[in-house]
Amino acid sequence: MSHAPLLEIKNATQRFGGVVAVNDVSLHVNEGEVFALVGPNGAGKSTVFNLLSRFHTPAEGSITFDGNDVLKLSSDDVPSIGIARTFQNIELFEQATVLQNLLVGRHRHRKSNIFSELFFTPKARNEERQHRHAVEQVIDFLDLQAYRDKMISGLPYGVRKVVELGRALATEPKLLLLDEPASGLSVEETQDMAFWIEDMQKQMGITILMVEHDMGLVSAVSNRVLALSDGKELATGTPAEVQSHPAVIEAYLGTSGIQKGGKK
Amino acid sequence: MPGAELGGKRLDFVQLIVSGLANGCVYGLIALGFVMIYKATEAVNFAQGDFMMLGAFFCLGFTNADFMGLNFWLAVPLAMIFMGILGYVFDWGVLRHMSGQSQTSIVILTIAVGFILRFVAGTVWSHEPVSLETPFAGVNLDFGGVVLGVNELLIIVVTIILTVALFVFFSRTKLGIAMQAASQNQLAAYYMGVPVKRIQSLVWALSGVVAAVAGILFASKGAIDPSSGLLGIKAFAAAAIGGFGSLPGALVGGLIIGLIEPLAARFAPDGFAGVARIAPYAILIIVLIFRPGGLFSQTQKKKV
Amino acid sequence: MRFVFKTSYDADIRWFKHGAQLFWYALLLAMMIALPLVFIISGNSYLLGEITSVLIFSVACLGLMLLTGQTGLASLGHAAFMAMGCYANILLLNAGVPWLIAFPLAGLLAGLFGTIIAMPVLRLHGVYLALATLAMSIITGDVIDLTEKWTGGVSGISVPDISIFGYTINKYANPYAFYYVALAVVVICTMFYRNLLRSPSGRSFAAIRDSEVSAQAMGINLTRTKATSFFLSCTMAGLAGAMFGHSATYVTHETFDIVMSITLFLAIVVGGLGFMHGAFLGAIISGLIPVLIANGRTLLSTTFGININIPGLESAMFACIVIAFILFEPMGLYGRWLKIRTYFELFPFYRKDMFRRQKSYLKTERVQ
Repeated sequence: MSHAPLLEIKNATQRFGGVVAVNDVSLHVNEGEVFALVGPNGAGKSTVFNLLSRFHTPAEGSITFDGNDVLKLSSDDVPSIGIARTFQNIELFEQATVLQNLLVGRHRHRKSNIFSELFFTPKARNEERQHRHAVEQVIDFLDLQAYRDKMISGLPYGVRKVVELGRALATEPKLLLLDEPASGLSVEETQDMAFWIEDMQKQMGITILMVEHDMGLVSAVSNRVLALSDGKELATGTPAEVQSHPAVIEAYLGTSGIQKGGKK
Repeated sequence: MPGAELGGKRLDFVQLIVSGLANGCVYGLIALGFVMIYKATEAVNFAQGDFMMLGAFFCLGFTNADFMGLNFWLAVPLAMIFMGILGYVFDWGVLRHMSGQSQTSIVILTIAVGFILRFVAGTVWSHEPVSLETPFAGVNLDFGGVVLGVNELLIIVVTIILTVALFVFFSRTKLGIAMQAASQNQLAAYYMGVPVKRIQSLVWALSGVVAAVAGILFASKGAIDPSSGLLGIKAFAAAAIGGFGSLPGALVGGLIIGLIEPLAARFAPDGFAGVARIAPYAILIIVLIFRPGGLFSQTQKKKV
Repeated sequence: MRFVFKTSYDADIRWFKHGAQLFWYALLLAMMIALPLVFIISGNSYLLGEITSVLIFSVACLGLMLLTGQTGLASLGHAAFMAMGCYANILLLNAGVPWLIAFPLAGLLAGLFGTIIAMPVLRLHGVYLALATLAMSIITGDVIDLTEKWTGGVSGISVPDISIFGYTINKYANPYAFYYVALAVVVICTMFYRNLLRSPSGRSFAAIRDSEVSAQAMGINLTRTKATSFFLSCTMAGLAGAMFGHSATYVTHETFDIVMSITLFLAIVVGGLGFMHGAFLGAIISGLIPVLIANGRTLLSTTFGININIPGLESAMFACIVIAFILFEPMGLYGRWLKIRTYFELFPFYRKDMFRRQKSYLKTERVQ
């Protein structure tokens, strides 16, 4: 590949007090690929995400995305360069409907200002229609029609997970950060998730960076995998390569690991 | 003689400071009460000032000749016990049914409770200011020209003793440590066998007792009326200055507020007497702006 | 149960979901417009004055609802912004500015003032913000004292009459015209509020209320959005304050006290936090209580000869109502109405737990 990668993290280090959550981690994600971060709990995977969404500032290192220096942006500017994310523990807007949640995802495309909204000028109305149109396509894609006008607070866990994915999709991102998309989902729901991830990659051309524990899902959808442990990079490569890497096996099973394979 | 005048000013100044410290101790004790509750249950008791007022009225009702006329030294523990029971019952009967509701609802609830307590105290005892009849009312001590009221000195001494006792309680006793555990992670505390619900009620009881002490001390210094509870807002300022999660911080905050009031009143330019009344709140706002977590900051961003 | 078949995106964007809804609100407006007729016929305008007060109070409630119910920022000091609007209106009118300009300008000034004051405290969360605003509301009276030159301080200042194109409106001289002015302000504020709800701003307010982190991750600038909410909220409070001034005709440093701030706050809780209807229901309840108590008192003294005059009874009764709502109906009056409506819509399939909240264990985010 001749052109520069879409996302490049160079030598990022993040400390919390005395704990080094991310230790000199470098990675690059190419346009159009599905890249997975794996590793035991506390390995620093979510911290990498939080660095990307600028909730934390790394002590050292640089992050570039699509020609932008991410570290120069504030958290709320990150979506505008085309990065959207989901959260490990689902952070939806509970007292709003699915539709409203997805519409918040359109916020980065907002052109109206507070005054045109107060008077709801024809221009604001038109914009609102366009947002609706975009959201409707996400709803179709994720089969959320049945829940469109339901409050989040009354939805089951699996649906919430999908709504959160939909909200991230509604921002029309170039890069999608999925924080444990399959955690807590049933086998069928995980399968749906795998299909959606594939569709997003192949049909919509969205690059995906995900944190996931389910090695089945990781092997099925990702092009490349990076294994982290204690904030340090253990191995990078195809899912099969990483799973058979001795350091990875050791991190998952301990030094006395007799079984091979990384199924959890 | 300029020298004597200067000396007089100095003595006057000492009295001002002692009186400010005594006031500060009362604020600090009220603040201590809601910091305890905040630490243990993450609820903020906006009625703590009214608890203080009610404690004072209980004592007053027991001891004043107009009411029951009991011995003062019997009335004090009685008032403390009554307030302790009230705190326990309030948590057991009302707050326990509110788990899962937002912090704001509890704030609103306690504000409403404050209104009711004010109404009850006014109806039962008096709407007009009444003073508590204490054995040491009006007794002064003379320290080489500096005349200090026994009540003011007593306030300071009692506050010091109570603070040390609370410190020992929280760091040494099993119950105190259980209270700390429950305040950090309810679920984990449950799993470790801490009866979290009862512990929370006990914290409310304890803060009721502290409020009673604060109220009695406050009433011994001057008159008390139902709206004295609004003083709690100054104590809030004290707690916020101290950082809400810190017991010593609450006391220090109380002392700061207590000292600022008389000093601002004294050094404010003519025609700006209002400045003294604004001072505690202005300081609260300034502290919140520049150190949002208070001087003894303990807050941290939410983890995602 | 009514099924609305949505055939266009506009179905979600329109003010009213279906024709029947439009009909009921149109009927309500028509009744409100026709209301003075009843009093003209009966010749007694006392109750109309009360209704006008409720209308004015509901504008303030709408403002606070936008901030607290919609954006999740609790303000215990909204009377301070009402005071700002009131005094700005008086000063502008006394300076010879026509009412039609002075009145909205007073609202905007209150909004601006509120935003400037709120900017530094916007970083604060929950209780801290409530405290800061509470402190603000306590010092309002003292600040009015200190600025006696303009505000009249303790001795107070009288409020000029409303004058629209040479037609003078005074609450006592022309109660009907005054009622219509208040009604117009309510209708305009309601329309603005409703427009906000269906546009990105309203959604970003709700997003901040429900989850600040994910609002940020969706590209919502927290400070700017909160400041916008504060601005709009304080503007409405300012307008309400200005109208309140016209209604009181004379204001002192005690008019906009802390009790008013807290009453406002309690009113929107009783009405139903987060619902636009809640603002109105809360205003009605808080306006009704004094009337009910006064009537009850008269009834007792005329029929039984008992005279009760207990200070603080109104506040205490209101406080009891608030506590009852928090314990038994945290969603407020409007929430109760929603439940009743759902019950009939789904009859006989309504489940008791349909609106139940999840109970949660507390795990502090503080570092010990």
